[in-house]
Amino acid sequence: MRPVRGKRIFAALAAGGLTLAAAACGEAPAENTGSNGGASAAPTYSACMVTDVGGIDDRSFNASAWAGLQAAKAAAPNIDAKNTSSTAEADYEPNLRAYVTQKCNFILAVGGLMGTATGKIAKESPDQQFAIVDAAVPDASNVFPMQFATEQAAFLAGYLAAGYSKTGKVGTFGGLKIPPVTVFMDGFADGVAHFNKVKSKNVQVVGWNKQAQNGTFAESFTAQDKGKSITDTLVAQGADVIMPVAGGTGLGAADVAKGSAGKVAVIWVDTDGCKSAEQYCDTFLTTVVKNITGAVEEAATKGAKGEPLTATPGYLGTLENEGVSLAPYNQFDSKVDPALKAEVDKLKADVIAGTVTVTSANSPKK
Amino acid sequence: MTTVEKPPAEAKPEKTEDGFLQHFLHNLWAANTVVVTLLSVLLAMVIGAVLIIVSDEEVRATWTYLFARPGDALQASWTVVTDAYAELFKGSVFDPVAVADWTSGAGTWQAVFTPISETLTYTAPIVFTGLAVALAFRGGLFNIGAQGQAVLGTMIAAMAGFLLPLPPVLHLLVALLAGALGGAVWGFVPGILKARTGAHEVITTIMLNYTAGLLLVWLIHQNGIQDPDRTDAISKTVESSAQLPAYGGALRVHLGIVLAVLATAGVAWLLNRSTFGFELRAVGANPDAARTAGISVAKTYTLLMVIAGALSGLGGATQVLGVAHTLTPAVAGNIGFDGLLVALLGRTRPWGVLLAALLFGALRAGGNRMQTAAGISLELVTVLQALIVVFIAAPALVKALFRLRAARAARLSTSVAKGW
Repeated sequence: MRPVRGKRIFAALAAGGLTLAAAACGEAPAENTGSNGGASAAPTYSACMVTDVGGIDDRSFNASAWAGLQAAKAAAPNIDAKNTSSTAEADYEPNLRAYVTQKCNFILAVGGLMGTATGKIAKESPDQQFAIVDAAVPDASNVFPMQFATEQAAFLAGYLAAGYSKTGKVGTFGGLKIPPVTVFMDGFADGVAHFNKVKSKNVQVVGWNKQAQNGTFAESFTAQDKGKSITDTLVAQGADVIMPVAGGTGLGAADVAKGSAGKVAVIWVDTDGCKSAEQYCDTFLTTVVKNITGAVEEAATKGAKGEPLTATPGYLGTLENEGVSLAPYNQFDSKVDPALKAEVDKLKADVIAGTVTVTSANSPKK
Repeated sequence: MTTVEKPPAEAKPEKTEDGFLQHFLHNLWAANTVVVTLLSVLLAMVIGAVLIIVSDEEVRATWTYLFARPGDALQASWTVVTDAYAELFKGSVFDPVAVADWTSGAGTWQAVFTPISETLTYTAPIVFTGLAVALAFRGGLFNIGAQGQAVLGTMIAAMAGFLLPLPPVLHLLVALLAGALGGAVWGFVPGILKARTGAHEVITTIMLNYTAGLLLVWLIHQNGIQDPDRTDAISKTVESSAQLPAYGGALRVHLGIVLAVLATAGVAWLLNRSTFGFELRAVGANPDAARTAGISVAKTYTLLMVIAGALSGLGGATQVLGVAHTLTPAVAGNIGFDGLLVALLGRTRPWGVLLAALLFGALRAGGNRMQTAAGISLELVTVLQALIVVFIAAPALVKALFRLRAARAARLSTSVAKGW
């Protein structure tokens, strides 16, 4: 018995080895002759990004910001992009400082939670260029803020949700009660209120009360099961359009919608859901897009060209400059009433023109 | 029996020159504690190297044409692995560039000491949690609750730090004691449950870990605790009078590491010199025999868990008073579970725990640098830490792999297996 088993093992190993060997038989690429030495005349511009605790694969703002740096790199090859993930709040400072030590030309902090740490490190090294997404650091002239008037796009989403809802109730919930999240919910609630005013209807919002600034939060941007149980509760209360503002937690809402046989629709946030979470594309009515990718790409490209990145006014994404927008309806294109679509388009023009103003206490100060 | 014992070979000078050398080599390749630990680290790094190569897309691409031009694959693999481990070293021990900058006047002395400072910063809290687990092990209890006890420590210490108006030195002492007290309460519960009802401490401590984590999140959102200028989950900042003194700026190392060394000495004394230490070792070795000998097993279990909890609580206090300064949901990070690994790696001996914590602190500090400079994910460090402990926990595997001789004393398998 023993020698047979030995042979079997040998045969298995040999087969595995042959497979590997076959995989290793590829053609070698042409030798680099070194003639491209003169082409890269522009000095390297290192763009270094520190994520918040969400990590680089959060399918939300960290991933979007990284995509922005990648895009900038693709456009300008002298940009050298790298990133590092933080696992705890205490990592923000050492991670930022590590990039200061490496003399990065452009140090990007992602997320409002990193504001304090970024401000501190930026004061320690006043000659280095920093940038931050979703926050502004007052009195630090070397931190370029990138903020978004998200309430404008969420306003359109609220109007759309109210018009689309058959039960007369729409719902929303957040990941954490922080301004970059609640600003979505404020805009959404205002959009519904605007719909009620124009149409003399009474569509209700569950999960967020703008006046009281209080609502439902999952306390997590990653716990999909929590998103699912919250959505079940909102649906049980009668809501048939749900807007989760909670990163990965929001996938739980999409899961509920998927199992509802078309009764529940989801409004996704940050990046078009049909691109960032394709498997749930058939549940996404639309997406409140916050174009972090574009903003980061623009800032990094500008920095690489040597143009100054001034802290005031910084960057503010609006409907007008397409920093925020509503994504296409994708698979819901045929299900949304054309009249409603036209009304949303009209509303967008009105917001840009300023005839309809959207306000939120959580919106970045202009 | 301390873990820092030298290989027995070095203490045999009475033999002839030839005999001594032979004896030294004989023991060098024997399965004693030091050799197995070193080989475990080596094995973990080898597997880590494979992971680095496999996870790097560009290097993987060169392996597809291995037979056409083998030099590419080998060189690319070598470069990426040596780069990663070099950055690991530079981030945890010292960086030659920083030293050169300093001597030439371009850099500061702070930059030279930053790597060491980072290592010690990450080491301090896990020494405490490691001691907490190790001490409980020796008494025959498997304290998985170090995480929860540390979380309680951060909560109470931070609250003492920003709620009590006290003068500088006193404030720090009170805050540290408060942290220890918080951890002790969280250790007392499984201790008394074990002693009175026989409830298994593994179950109760794991459940209390969850409870502690959720309690922390709830606490942060309360009025008077939450930072009034913020709406997210972050507490007020600990008063400077209650913070562990640090040099400041990039040098984050603080007094906590000194306290950690003192705590190690204290636990070593408690275990090996005190009456209670003798009792807890007796209970750990055989509770029935200890009971027959007149030792109160219930009292020992309870007191043991209280002391272990207090140590973990101090670890949490060190973290919040030394580094974080505010309470956030992830303030305690992973220090409790790291403590578990450190206790196993340190073979549940106090000084062994200190050395193991130093290794883990260095890996963590170097991992940050490896991530920022070489672009290797921090998760690799977690994998390395886990692999080291896996090999330590399976000495027979290491022994077989390297064909080590059996050590003369069979002390290897015993210490780690205790308490399971």
